[in-house]
Amino acid sequence: MAMTTTPEADHSRAAATYRPAANRLGLWLFLASETFLFAAFISSRFVVSGTDQPEHLNQGLALLLTLLLLLSSISAFRAEAAMAHDNRKLFHREMLTTIVLGLLFLVGVGVEFNEAVADFPVGTIYGSSFFMLIGLHAFHVLTGILALGVVWNLGRKGHYSSQDHWPVEGVVKYWHFVDLMWVAIYPTLYLFGGS
Amino acid sequence: MRQLLRAVIFGILGYLIGAALTWLIRGGSMGDEVCVVFGYILGLIGWLFGIGMGDTWVREWFGLPARKYEVTGWKRYLGFSTDHKVIGVQYLATFIVVLLLGGVAAMIIRFELAQAGEGILNADRYNQVMSMHGILMVAVAVAAILGSFGNYLVPIMIGADDMAFPRLNAVTFWLIPPVAIGLLAAPTLGSFDAGWTAYPPLSVVNNGGQILFVLAVTTFGLSSILGGLNVITTIVTMRAPGMTWGRLPIFVWGAFSASLISLLTTQFFAASLILIAMDRVAGTVFFNGGAGGDPLLYQHLFWFYSHPAVYVMVLPGFGAVLETITHMSRKPLFAYKAVVVSFLSIAGLSVIVWAHHMFTSGMAEYLHGPFMFASEMISVPTGMVFLSAVATLWRGKLWMKTPLFFAMIWIFQFLMGGVTGIFLADVVTDVSLHDSYFVVAHFHYTIMGGMLFAFLTGIFFWFPKITGRMINDRLGIIFALWLTIAFQLTFLPQFWLGTNGMNRRIADYPEQLEGANLMSSISAFILGSSFILFVYILLSGAIRGPKAGGNPWNASTLEWQVSSPPPEHNFSGQPTVVGHPYGYGTAGSRHAEFADVTVAAAPPEQPGTDQGGDHE
Repeated sequence: MAMTTTPEADHSRAAATYRPAANRLGLWLFLASETFLFAAFISSRFVVSGTDQPEHLNQGLALLLTLLLLLSSISAFRAEAAMAHDNRKLFHREMLTTIVLGLLFLVGVGVEFNEAVADFPVGTIYGSSFFMLIGLHAFHVLTGILALGVVWNLGRKGHYSSQDHWPVEGVVKYWHFVDLMWVAIYPTLYLFGGS
Repeated sequence: MRQLLRAVIFGILGYLIGAALTWLIRGGSMGDEVCVVFGYILGLIGWLFGIGMGDTWVREWFGLPARKYEVTGWKRYLGFSTDHKVIGVQYLATFIVVLLLGGVAAMIIRFELAQAGEGILNADRYNQVMSMHGILMVAVAVAAILGSFGNYLVPIMIGADDMAFPRLNAVTFWLIPPVAIGLLAAPTLGSFDAGWTAYPPLSVVNNGGQILFVLAVTTFGLSSILGGLNVITTIVTMRAPGMTWGRLPIFVWGAFSASLISLLTTQFFAASLILIAMDRVAGTVFFNGGAGGDPLLYQHLFWFYSHPAVYVMVLPGFGAVLETITHMSRKPLFAYKAVVVSFLSIAGLSVIVWAHHMFTSGMAEYLHGPFMFASEMISVPTGMVFLSAVATLWRGKLWMKTPLFFAMIWIFQFLMGGVTGIFLADVVTDVSLHDSYFVVAHFHYTIMGGMLFAFLTGIFFWFPKITGRMINDRLGIIFALWLTIAFQLTFLPQFWLGTNGMNRRIADYPEQLEGANLMSSISAFILGSSFILFVYILLSGAIRGPKAGGNPWNASTLEWQVSSPPPEHNFSGQPTVVGHPYGYGTAGSRHAEFADVTVAAAPPEQPGTDQGGDHE
């Protein structure tokens, strides 16, 4: 594994040869670790309130939020593919689309929180799980948007190319992960149990 | 130095801004827990920014080149260094200090328990000291070996020039000081008294110091996750040509399997502590039975990490001990492959045994059998490690220096811990032994015996490599015997105390138990004072010990083929690994070749013929 260097190579080998493999593995390990964090909170919801569900859940809004995130994953994917083909114009457009969709998602979460507080406040057991899980996820969306913003800005300044765009790849993978976690949280909070 | 000062200032500023903003928005008082939470978070960010993240990552996020400081000499150890060897030493020094602090707390506990009735501490104060001792020592156990030797040795052992993510490595270390400050600052908010386990409902309703405990320990968890990530990535992607998985030194395998556990399961600890923080600060009711919550949820989440954490503590220790034993008995490690399989199966089994801590908690009855069975299963791979250690020693040419003394004592200590553990894994006996001093004694034999003795083994084995000097071996052996004898006299009576009805975590006990307690206390003071000798040995060795040379133990693995301490990028040429690491006694066996000159020739039959020969 990763043994392409010759014995003569000096210390620059770390920078040159191993970087992409190490970065990728590091990111995947981080995502695996994060999965455990989400798993802990998702399983907590079933431990404390079984499959109980409150009567008032804004199913329409939740579906809309899901759609927003799924669409943003598509635009994120297109942004990465655009950079891989040196198509900077498309890269800008798709990155911005992703960021805007992410921001819309956060606005939607704000609306949802505002509504939910009336129906099942934080001090109820379902409310505890609900606000904890969605809050945790929204925090990840927020960090994702910040990271997308940083990468978009650097890409705008011409920092990446089709040969060298690990940060784009990394942030897009992270965004897909955040999206995937929502795909687990959405049924946990909105679809399981109830009537 | 400048970075450190800046970090402190930014940290304090961050805390004040966070706390003040929260106070302005919310009202109440600046000392409220919400203000502390936001203050701590901003303070932590300020600290990290000041120490070096601001100069590196944050500048790069805005397209600026990273700033680099050229620091040399001892000042490197006080700043944001990305050199894995500097970070290793930073970990080592930090955790020896934390170990001594935790030891002072232990001495206070034993002073209080020397006599029945209330002594120097009242019951509340006792619980606070006991909790502080617990969490400090658990932190030492989790991070000391992996942080110091994991950082210092893993890259050299696999023939790499640094860790995979050097900056992340530096951040991982610099997350530790805020943890220490957070824990030690807890008394200003009334301290924490829920033990290191922090079970709710107590930990949700007790003094404000608990919130600092939660924040500090969550930060510590983050550090351990990032450290684990770095170690795994390094081992997978940075091995030298020819360093196949089957040729990895056993310590690297120990670090690898421990990192795997801490990478994944630590998140559950973080989750459980975040839920406590939410219950305290945000008004959620996860652990409030009255509102539909379930305190047992905490125990499940907590032990899902905290049992595997025991293996995070001991697996690198296994590695260090086996490494020492094979080099110092001049024999190939017995059953290398089986040991690797054991390490990995310990890592795997460790996540399905957690509820053996909860046999008396009132959890569902049907869980008792499976968890008892899974817990006892772990003794199989652990037994394999013992077999390897003993069979490697068997008919070896033992070189009775301080490290081998500690390694052999470790075998006994951990055996005691393992054997007494069977009674605690077994539901029938655990029901009466739970929460007694039997558990305390067992725990100290496993963790202090299993981890601390392995840590000391590692310290004395790699001391010449890290400092370039030898310790006074006679003093080292005196320390080993002093510590071990005092250890037995301290903890053996506690097994008896436990079976005779002494509860753990209580400041008082029935008067008829006074004799054994007094004996345990006096021995504990003898044990504690041995660490004065320990510090003396290290300091005198580091300052005026005889020069060690590159390979004082005549050992075969890569870290011994370079100078002591190793040069800046570890190797002057690219090492190529050509054989098994422990080819002792095999004619023509070689571990590695270097581009310029072949150094790692076959280990000599007669070890240390040039060492003055005070071995058999």
